Amino acid sequence: MTVFWQILIDGFAISSLYALGATGFALIFGVSGVLNLSHGSLMVAAVVAAWAAGDSLHVGPYTGAAIGVAVGFSLSMLTYFVVVSPLQHTRKIREEEKEIFILTATLLWGIMIQQLIAYFYTDNAKTVAPIVQGVIKIVGVRTPANEIFTAIVCGLAIAILWLLVNRTRAGKAVLAASMNPRGITLLGVELSQVYIAVWAIYGVLVGVAGVLLGMFLGISSYSAGPLTASAFSIVVLGGLGSVPGALIAAYVVGYLETITAYLISPAYRTIPALLLLVAVMYVRPRGLLGRR
Amino acid sequence: MKKPENRGASAPLLAALAAGTALFALTLTAPAYAQSNTPIKIGVIAEATAVAGSSIPQAAQLAADEINAAGGVNGRKIEIVSYDNHSSAAESVRAFQRAATQDHVNAVITSYISEVVLALEPWAGRLKMVTVTPGAASDVITQNIAKDYDHLKYMFHGYATSTSIADATCAAAKDLLVGQLHMKTAVVMSEDAAWTTPLDAEYLKCLPQIGIKVVDHIRFSPDTTDFTPIFNKIEGEKPDVIMTGISHVGVQPTVQWKQQEVPIPMFGVSSQATNSSFWNDTNGATEGVLFQGFSAPDVAVTPKTLPFVQAFSKRFGHTPSYCGYTAYDEVYYIADAIKRAGSVDPDKLVTAMEQTDFVGTIGRVQFKGKDTPNPHALKIGPETISGLMLQWQNGKQVNLWPAKVANGKVKFPSFIKVGAAN
Repeated sequence: MTVFWQILIDGFAISSLYALGATGFALIFGVSGVLNLSHGSLMVAAVVAAWAAGDSLHVGPYTGAAIGVAVGFSLSMLTYFVVVSPLQHTRKIREEEKEIFILTATLLWGIMIQQLIAYFYTDNAKTVAPIVQGVIKIVGVRTPANEIFTAIVCGLAIAILWLLVNRTRAGKAVLAASMNPRGITLLGVELSQVYIAVWAIYGVLVGVAGVLLGMFLGISSYSAGPLTASAFSIVVLGGLGSVPGALIAAYVVGYLETITAYLISPAYRTIPALLLLVAVMYVRPRGLLGRR
Repeated sequence: MKKPENRGASAPLLAALAAGTALFALTLTAPAYAQSNTPIKIGVIAEATAVAGSSIPQAAQLAADEINAAGGVNGRKIEIVSYDNHSSAAESVRAFQRAATQDHVNAVITSYISEVVLALEPWAGRLKMVTVTPGAASDVITQNIAKDYDHLKYMFHGYATSTSIADATCAAAKDLLVGQLHMKTAVVMSEDAAWTTPLDAEYLKCLPQIGIKVVDHIRFSPDTTDFTPIFNKIEGEKPDVIMTGISHVGVQPTVQWKQQEVPIPMFGVSSQATNSSFWNDTNGATEGVLFQGFSAPDVAVTPKTLPFVQAFSKRFGHTPSYCGYTAYDEVYYIADAIKRAGSVDPDKLVTAMEQTDFVGTIGRVQFKGKDTPNPHALKIGPETISGLMLQWQNGKQVNLWPAKVANGKVKFPSFIKVGAAN
């Protein structure tokens, strides 16, 4: 019975983190059709920045976390303005080829960030100083307070995002853009403004998700690829571009991984989720809640 | 530094080169006294940009400068010729060939990566080049020598093998875990890698001999990120201690162990914990972690240890990595062997190296003999190199074992319950 509660609690924390990471990824794809393959590198950069702030500037955990989020945000904006936007606006590449160019560009950008981090901070794992310490017993399971904190922050961030999208004018423009980008330009909304807003939201989400992951498990520059892959498979499973789909898929994948790790072996952790992904591709290629 | 190849050299340039070569050849055939004044060259092929490897050329240079300041070897200076292998076996082989055939070095010190050393081993045999590794651990290096001594006798293992490391860990466990803390059971937890195969095999053999029953043996993938299920399983088995064999991973299991307040101490090999930066890398989560080592910045293992650490830190601005200590010693005992052999002839040098009895920074260096299963491996034990057992306490690496060089006592963070399982 303890194992059941253990899986329920651990699975919830890791799934919430996946959800937060994948939401931003799904949002960008939904609105602008960009698959940002530098996603994992941005998360790693946020973690290493938060760690380095604590290591060399000796700041407290709150300031460290804030610096990590700020770096995630800044790099996200940099990714948009330096890598994505110029490719979206160039006339040298044919319109139908742009998607693949942007895909390749974000992949290379991600590798550049990853290599720079490995060069300056080695590829050893780094951890962010936890904001809350200690353990709490929940139904007999010794749970790190930090794990609960992670789940709460993820839940809050996703709730705020939901309010933003459904209750504000700018949010509604974002939602409309994800449904019909051409349509909202006809209504007089500047599409590039929507893009900037989406990348800004994504930047905050990626920073928060990275810093939380850094506190919870620790992360190395080596994790950049696997992190992108996991966000990618969650988003594909949920339905490309669908934020609610990504949320559901995050919990499916998170729990499937946790159950495998506990009941079979930690070595096979990622395999069932990948098999599920293949199965979904056969039966329902547009994913759980996909529109496209 | 690699020079760019010049494929289209002009005729005058070639002529000049030929003249230069002729001149150089003349100097080579000059009278005998010139020969005796040419420097002894030691090639250093190492991972110059990696945390552990960068100390190898630095420490070697420091040793050479000290020897030269004291008059050199029979009046001859020692010259270190460095090559960066970028952690690649292929680049190491190229550097080794160049060191032997172009730069005419007399001996080579190379690498902390077993795979690199294993790639160079046949070349040491082919080119008859005395080669010493300051940091690789694979038992296979010396097992190969046993199989083909006549060809591979030029290879020397200047660092402990995985089996010896496990034995040194067990020796410390006998005094600390069994003697002081009365522990009876353990779970062996190692990353799945080549170097841990002999390590785990020896753990499973030596732990029962000191009275610790191994209740489980867990090998996990080095790319594991979430250790919760592993710690959970271990906790369910209620061992007194977790015996570790980790090197590729380190930060993540340590941080999660602390965060989940796993009440069982970790003891064993944790290579990353030997780095002085590990405290900051884990934000202090390493408090209470026990790890095996052969050296530490504050431990006077021999009278030579602290002066070396001070000289190294003064010159390079940081403390040496574990293979800095061994590389420093290696330059000294190679020089000593050349002095005793009275020659740089490879076969005479091998004989002299085999007779090495040298007190260095990590202990007394002696090599195992030709007829042992691991010829040219370091002798490990209380009379030679015993190793240390250190613990992270308040941001410092405190040595607990052996007693004669200990500078602290075992101390655990409050979440550790020693003996709780009983």
